[in-house]
Amino acid sequence: MRKKLIAGPYMLWAIAFILIPLAMVFYYGLTDKNGSFTLSNIASISSPEALKSLVLALGLSLLSTVICLILAYPLAMILNNLKVNQNSFIVLIFILPMWMNFLLRTMAWQTLLEKTGVINQLLGLLHLPPLNIINTPTAIVLGMVYNFLPFMVLPIYNVLVKIDPNVVHAARDLGANGFTTFVKIIFPLSLPGVISGITMVFVPSLTTFVISDLLGGGKILLIGNVIEQEFKQVNNWHVGSGLSIVLMIFIIISMFITNKYDRDGEGAVL
Amino acid sequence: MKKTAQRIYLALIFVFLYAPIVTLMVLSFNGSKFRTKWDGFSTKWYVQLFRNEQIMSALYNTLAIGLLSALFATVLGTAACIGIHAMKKKSRMVWMGITNIPMLNAEIVTGISLMLLFIAFGVNFGFMTILLGHITFNIPYVILSVMPKLRQTDKATYEAAMDLGASPVKAFFKVVFPDILPGVLSGFLLSFTMSLDDFVITHFVKGAGVDTLSTKIYAEVRKGIKPEMYALSTIMFVSVLLLLLIINRPSRKKPQKSAV
Amino acid sequence: MKKVLTAILIMALIPGILAGCGSKSEGSNGKVVVYNWGEYMDPDVLTLFEEETGIKVVYDEFETNEIMYPKVDAGAVAYDLVCPSDYMIQKMLENDLLAELNFDNMPNTKNIGSMFMEKSKEFDPENKYSVPYMWGTVGILYNKTMVSEPVDSWDILWDEKYKDNILMQNSVRDAFMVALSRLGYSINSTDEAELQEAKQTLIDQKPLVQAYVIDQVRDKMIGGEAALGVIYSGEALVCQQQNPDLDYVVPKEGSNIWIDSWVIPKNAENKENAEKFLDFLCRPDIAAKNFEYITYYSPVEGVKEYVEDEYLLNSPLAFPDPEQYTNCTTFHYLGEEADEYYNEIWREVQAAGTSE
Repeated sequence: MRKKLIAGPYMLWAIAFILIPLAMVFYYGLTDKNGSFTLSNIASISSPEALKSLVLALGLSLLSTVICLILAYPLAMILNNLKVNQNSFIVLIFILPMWMNFLLRTMAWQTLLEKTGVINQLLGLLHLPPLNIINTPTAIVLGMVYNFLPFMVLPIYNVLVKIDPNVVHAARDLGANGFTTFVKIIFPLSLPGVISGITMVFVPSLTTFVISDLLGGGKILLIGNVIEQEFKQVNNWHVGSGLSIVLMIFIIISMFITNKYDRDGEGAVL
Repeated sequence: MKKTAQRIYLALIFVFLYAPIVTLMVLSFNGSKFRTKWDGFSTKWYVQLFRNEQIMSALYNTLAIGLLSALFATVLGTAACIGIHAMKKKSRMVWMGITNIPMLNAEIVTGISLMLLFIAFGVNFGFMTILLGHITFNIPYVILSVMPKLRQTDKATYEAAMDLGASPVKAFFKVVFPDILPGVLSGFLLSFTMSLDDFVITHFVKGAGVDTLSTKIYAEVRKGIKPEMYALSTIMFVSVLLLLLIINRPSRKKPQKSAV
Repeated sequence: MKKVLTAILIMALIPGILAGCGSKSEGSNGKVVVYNWGEYMDPDVLTLFEEETGIKVVYDEFETNEIMYPKVDAGAVAYDLVCPSDYMIQKMLENDLLAELNFDNMPNTKNIGSMFMEKSKEFDPENKYSVPYMWGTVGILYNKTMVSEPVDSWDILWDEKYKDNILMQNSVRDAFMVALSRLGYSINSTDEAELQEAKQTLIDQKPLVQAYVIDQVRDKMIGGEAALGVIYSGEALVCQQQNPDLDYVVPKEGSNIWIDSWVIPKNAENKENAEKFLDFLCRPDIAAKNFEYITYYSPVEGVKEYVEDEYLLNSPLAFPDPEQYTNCTTFHYLGEEADEYYNEIWREVQAAGTSE
């Protein structure tokens, strides 16, 4: 079949720009400065600082994922119930902010959250105690939720839209109350969306260095920051690559968990 | 009662998503150069913006890289879809797996891996390396938008067209292409948006003097963002908003399902 | 029809691609690739130079010496002119990254005050590789309305009263300089016990620190976000101009006095253009322009005559006598091993105490 050949350019591209670069990360990660094999780069994750940054990143990204899920699920349901010209409305709400640069949007939170920032001045007017979360892990979680919430809402919404209303009606006719219908019918059916939402929030949160950089005031080190510094400041590519391999292992683990629920096997990511 | 609760909830999320954006818009009218000081209303940054060569060239790079990378990714990705679709299940799984790598992997790792590649092959860092990087991470978005459409197409019509004497290329463009076009278009738009918003990968593969808006902003974050930047993003945001409103207003037809 | 449209779109873009690659690279007399600190030169100076010489300036910026070094070292971008600080120049020299300058091409370099050339010998022993660009000190910028007592010592950065009101520098040598000076040790210490002690003081200080930042100190101090911030002398002037409540002091325990100098990396592709640009920067009128824009002290003699800004001319902070900073020292490059050790303990400071 000649048709297969048409994928040729992409296949070459993928080998050159996806597979070979990854192989290079592994090469650097598994060798020392003299080019001989070592596991010490990967083992450097066990240093107290690296380990702490990894644990902190895992903790914060899990927390943001949970918060995103709690916020997104009802949101997706409400949007699904609105039924008015949904698609353009949703694009408007969630895709539009992406046209304002992500760094600027995150920076804007600094202006909002600062000690003399907008939110605290508003609170001051209302004689409420100030909110002191800038440069704390809380601010980073907020930044993560803010940036990645759409990635949770959209897959869930996409699945909810596809649920046949007749199934829900049938359940109601058979005497299930709203809660039972939700637990027994809607939620199980929406699970693929939930799962892909979870990966799409968890992975970027786990690996970010920008959000912690902008909202953490340089006081909080996540694994992404450690890797970025190894490449951009400390200039030790071997350790940086070794830590990247560790990071990928965690991504693969989360993929693996996801894949168990992904029936299609292909392209349920979006 | 329930309706009101729902509306309040929607409104709260809306405020959450848009508060920073409104903040930036307000800052673009700040007379002072410093983010933390309000010097009265002024539109001077909107004038100075167009005289700021650095921002203008960053804007040019961002748009050029966005358009070019989306275009290349769309062509390569659509072709790849057709090829992969024709493959046997096993090799299809392998190539879809590879396609998923840049999407699922951490951006920082993708950026680092490309940086290592370019350094190893002595490629000069600049416009080209950024473009190559962006095409790489855009292709999967195209494939994932086109693939579902391709799966829905009816093989029989394509074969019928061939039986009626159309060449495979003609049959493809007459029969298959119109069906997958919505997927191709949304892949293109998605790629363009992703390219515009990318910072991490560009951060690792950019060269001297070549900045996109993202890297420019990241550099400015440390030394105080120039208010021209707020003005520019306000303009971009408002124009996209207007564009979307215009597109969505007149036709009451159901808009195409976007891939996201 | 669609195909035609796409084709038109592609055709329309091709000049764009060419321009994208082309316009970046050449002026009528070639180009010079400059790598400088963020916000460290008046953009008008670039335009003036381009107009005068027809050489296109490709301009790139870095935030800290530590970020600059790997980029030059990797050689992925061939910079023609770079502006590191003293100790980093020493490191680059030791690692053989720098090209010797041809001073015959740069008559204006004689304008550089002799005392700065003398001082440069600490890192460039024969004055062969570098030309000073700016100099200054590191000190404390404080808000007089938020700090009542006199500020004269680093100790105030450890005062519980100012919890969450202190800004520290987010770069390894500057942060350790503060701690080492406070403890009375050399800012070039490589003694493990001293460094461990310094590390501990920084970790102790961390709960009081609002943020570790670089140039953001400026924005935050102007806006009254913090009471005290560690900052380079050059920034102090701008801040004071914007917010008169601010004042700058070099603590009595001593501090860092630094010189940022221009160097040409070995892999530079346009060395002659780089020298032309460097020569241009040493002209007093140009140096004055840069001074007015960034307000860092220039080592070029005769700058003051060209400065027009009344505020700067009258400010006591603007033209200090370098001789007065007898208790300040220059950073030295401490060798690879010490570098790694500094990075390691700085990482420990950065990672400390965030597990709440």
